[in-house]
Amino acid sequence: MTADLGYGMTLVALGLAVYGSIAAGAGARTGRLALVESAQHAAVGVFVLVTTCFALLTYAFLTFDFSVRYVATNTNLGTPFYYRITGVWGALEGSIILWSWMLALYTIILIVRHREGARELYPWALATMLGILAFFLLVMTVAAPPFQRQVPVPADGRGLNPLLEDTGMITHPVALYLGFTGFTVPFAFAMAALITGRIGDTWLALTRRWTIVAWYFLSLGLLIGGWWSYHVLGWGGYWAWDPVENAAFMPWLTGTAFLHSVMIQERRRMLRLWNISLVILTFGLTLFGTFLTRSGVIASVHAFTQGSIGVLFLSFLGLVLLSALGLVAWRWEAIRSEGELDSVVSRESAFLLNNVLLVAAAFTVFFGTVFPLLSEAVRGVKVSVGAPFFNQVNIPLFLSLVFLMGVGPLIAWRRASLDNLTRNFLWPVALGIVAAAAAFALGVRSVLAALTFATTVFVAVTIAVDFTRATRSRLRLGESLLPAMGRLLLRHNRRYGGFVVHLGILIIALGVMGSHAWSVQTETTLHRGEAAELAGYRVRFDGLTAVEESNHLKVVGAFTVSNGKPLGVLRPAKKFYPQEQAPIAYVDYRLGLREDLYLVLGDFARDGSQATIKLQVNRLVSWIWIGGLVLTLGAALAILPERHKSA
Amino acid sequence: MSRPVAVLVVALSVLALAVRPAAAQSGKPVSEDVVHEVAAQLRCVVCQNLSVADSPSEMAGQMRAIIRERLAAGESPAEVQRYFVERYGEWILLSPPRRGFNLLVWLLPLVAVVVGLAVTVALVWRWTHRRRGVRTAPVAVDPAMSERIRRELESGR
Amino acid sequence: MKRLWRWLIPVAVLPVLALLAYGFKVSPRDIPSPLVGRPAPAFALATLDGSPLSLEGHRGKVVVVNFWASWCYPACYEEAPVLERNWRGYRARGVVVVGVDIQDKREAAEKFVADFGLTFPVAQDLKGTVSVDYGVYGVPETFFVDRKGQIRVKHVGAVTDDVFRATVDRLLAEPSAP
Repeated sequence: MTADLGYGMTLVALGLAVYGSIAAGAGARTGRLALVESAQHAAVGVFVLVTTCFALLTYAFLTFDFSVRYVATNTNLGTPFYYRITGVWGALEGSIILWSWMLALYTIILIVRHREGARELYPWALATMLGILAFFLLVMTVAAPPFQRQVPVPADGRGLNPLLEDTGMITHPVALYLGFTGFTVPFAFAMAALITGRIGDTWLALTRRWTIVAWYFLSLGLLIGGWWSYHVLGWGGYWAWDPVENAAFMPWLTGTAFLHSVMIQERRRMLRLWNISLVILTFGLTLFGTFLTRSGVIASVHAFTQGSIGVLFLSFLGLVLLSALGLVAWRWEAIRSEGELDSVVSRESAFLLNNVLLVAAAFTVFFGTVFPLLSEAVRGVKVSVGAPFFNQVNIPLFLSLVFLMGVGPLIAWRRASLDNLTRNFLWPVALGIVAAAAAFALGVRSVLAALTFATTVFVAVTIAVDFTRATRSRLRLGESLLPAMGRLLLRHNRRYGGFVVHLGILIIALGVMGSHAWSVQTETTLHRGEAAELAGYRVRFDGLTAVEESNHLKVVGAFTVSNGKPLGVLRPAKKFYPQEQAPIAYVDYRLGLREDLYLVLGDFARDGSQATIKLQVNRLVSWIWIGGLVLTLGAALAILPERHKSA
Repeated sequence: MSRPVAVLVVALSVLALAVRPAAAQSGKPVSEDVVHEVAAQLRCVVCQNLSVADSPSEMAGQMRAIIRERLAAGESPAEVQRYFVERYGEWILLSPPRRGFNLLVWLLPLVAVVVGLAVTVALVWRWTHRRRGVRTAPVAVDPAMSERIRRELESGR
Repeated sequence: MKRLWRWLIPVAVLPVLALLAYGFKVSPRDIPSPLVGRPAPAFALATLDGSPLSLEGHRGKVVVVNFWASWCYPACYEEAPVLERNWRGYRARGVVVVGVDIQDKREAAEKFVADFGLTFPVAQDLKGTVSVDYGVYGVPETFFVDRKGQIRVKHVGAVTDDVFRATVDRLLAEPSAP
């Protein structure tokens, strides 16, 4: 019954979305407000229906309703309560429902926020949103229906993929999807701008906050994904350049480029064509990401499934790109703005360079991801493009970008005089060089590490210079320190929010450098009582215990750790799930500011007499998560509504 | 055979045995770092996109053991790599070898950056030189006024 | 003419879409083996009942080397009866089926053999050296070795009667090494 009800609601929602999209478009074309309002009602209807579907599916999960095939494949009687909730979006069909629900939610917010303010653009934006929503509902009905019946109804389900039984499961997909779907709204407004010919700055101003929110959630999703990878997947790393990771990273790169180039358009009314193209590219990349995850075209850790769904997504991706870019070509004359720059040495140039590097990085990631396919198509030979390639090619790009982070905010608009340059950059450059020398003196021999160190110090000092100078002027006006700083942050929250975000990126960059340059690892087999040593740590194997859990068998190893003083016991485990072919390794670790001790249990003897372990000391990884937190604060600050600027 | 000759033969045989290179036993101790380096370049065949060094799977562990054995037997890292490539094809290398068609993936990103920079430079050139004709005469500004403006800008920005 | 250049932008998308569509035709897990046409690597293992098992010992026969595991469901379970059936049928004609079990516990292997009543020699590749030697990246995989000791066919996935018979008949029809 649930299955049929859910399926019916999906169909009705699909019909409403299609109708709404057409009505909004027709209303925009003919100017008949009644049509647009009707479309709004349809949108509300879709939202209500999709929410109900979602609730229905969750209910089916909670009550072990195995008559629904999706429930039977993704849960079993032993699945704990909270994973029955988060398991709703744990596999393909549920992920589509989650995506559709978020799109519907964003459509409602768009209606509420913009129906008054943007008379010309709003109906077309609404039509676009509903059209995209209709596509995802189509996928839900035709290719990945969550409400298929399972006949005969089994006594017990298959169970959730054990890797998904983790707190990251609650947050990572949600954050990531909020980011992905968030970019739909700027795209919808860009389309509206192209269709109506109003390609000025209105559409940009309307979407500014949407872009930051979407960008923020995407960043958050990526960081949580890294954290999840680090502490669950048991391989000791946080980013593998897996195709699906890349698919989420590419829109982040172009989205970041967009965030910056928008500022040039705001100030100088230039780069309109570029900005519209960037938004289209970013949205296209989010679709590409969903295509990649669900089509099985490129092998990946995340790959959900193969089948007709891949064809659907590819067709839609093609439709979107061809129509959007076709519109751009059509409106070419109107969009192209004649640019004017006063000097090569200016903030505009820095932003342009920032864009070039970010888009080049996105291109690199894209080409590297599809190259195996290209190689096979052209040569018939399969090759792999993995982490070593991406690291080698991208690191110079990213390092240059970090450097630009220091230059951009401080260099003057229009024309940076020599005076401006020396005042702003003398200290940062000097201290950067000092930092590199200090690193060298302290024994750092990796050129990359020294460069990263120097660049990070350079950028940090630029931020400090700006902040102290601004605070000092406020102090001169008679304010006391803390209120001065606070008022500074709030009055100019966009600028300082950006600074804090940059600071977060800096900290992440340091963490990445530390983990790449200075991490060590070893693998060894230990008999009971034997110990392994690495980087000053001593890890002694004490024995194994086997524990029966509700839906799996867990073998836990006990390892006493010390580094001069006792540090406790680590318990890495191997979980054996009946429905999984191979056991899942669960790491145990000791996190620290400077380094993490990371222990993976490998092969072991049945009687517990010996065990093979992989021991890692990862340096500075915690800084990545700390940087993420700082980034969050910065984004939050930047999104605050602007106060009126006074002297 | 006379006694002294027999002794000589035995002595020579013992000597010959002693100086023969001990190929039978794995003499060279192998540093885990080298194993890790070699393993990091190879793709774990049962995982998706992880290296043999990183993967916690059983097969990866066995592959690392094979790498260790071969290095201990005196093979160079390149030879160990070649062993795997001969059995799995180019696919097993995590980074495509810089030869032939594969050069495309290594060079195209560089080309993209160069082209991007070139286009940017061209555009910036055009945009900065457009203004040539319409540049207005600079207004003479009183230095005190200039200083005050600057301070206010600092406090406001 | 200048007006037409702008349309290059949407058109540029088409080759990318075509490439991705090509991806539907190929499977990312289908890796062609460079060992086909080369001599089959030698191995020296012991069967589950203790007798030695090597490629050398079957020189001159057509050898079907099958890599499997008890946890490889459903493919290995589908092909086990096929292999047993054809082993019994071709045994007298100079064909031998060899099973190599990888990444399994001994009891699981023995149970599998008992359950399917396998009578062809089965050995465990405990250290994984044989599977790596043969470039095995998943189970089941089957290598058809001709009388001269060359690998002629690598079959990925469960072996069917048709595949087995067609390949083995072809290899039997060839003359053996002088």
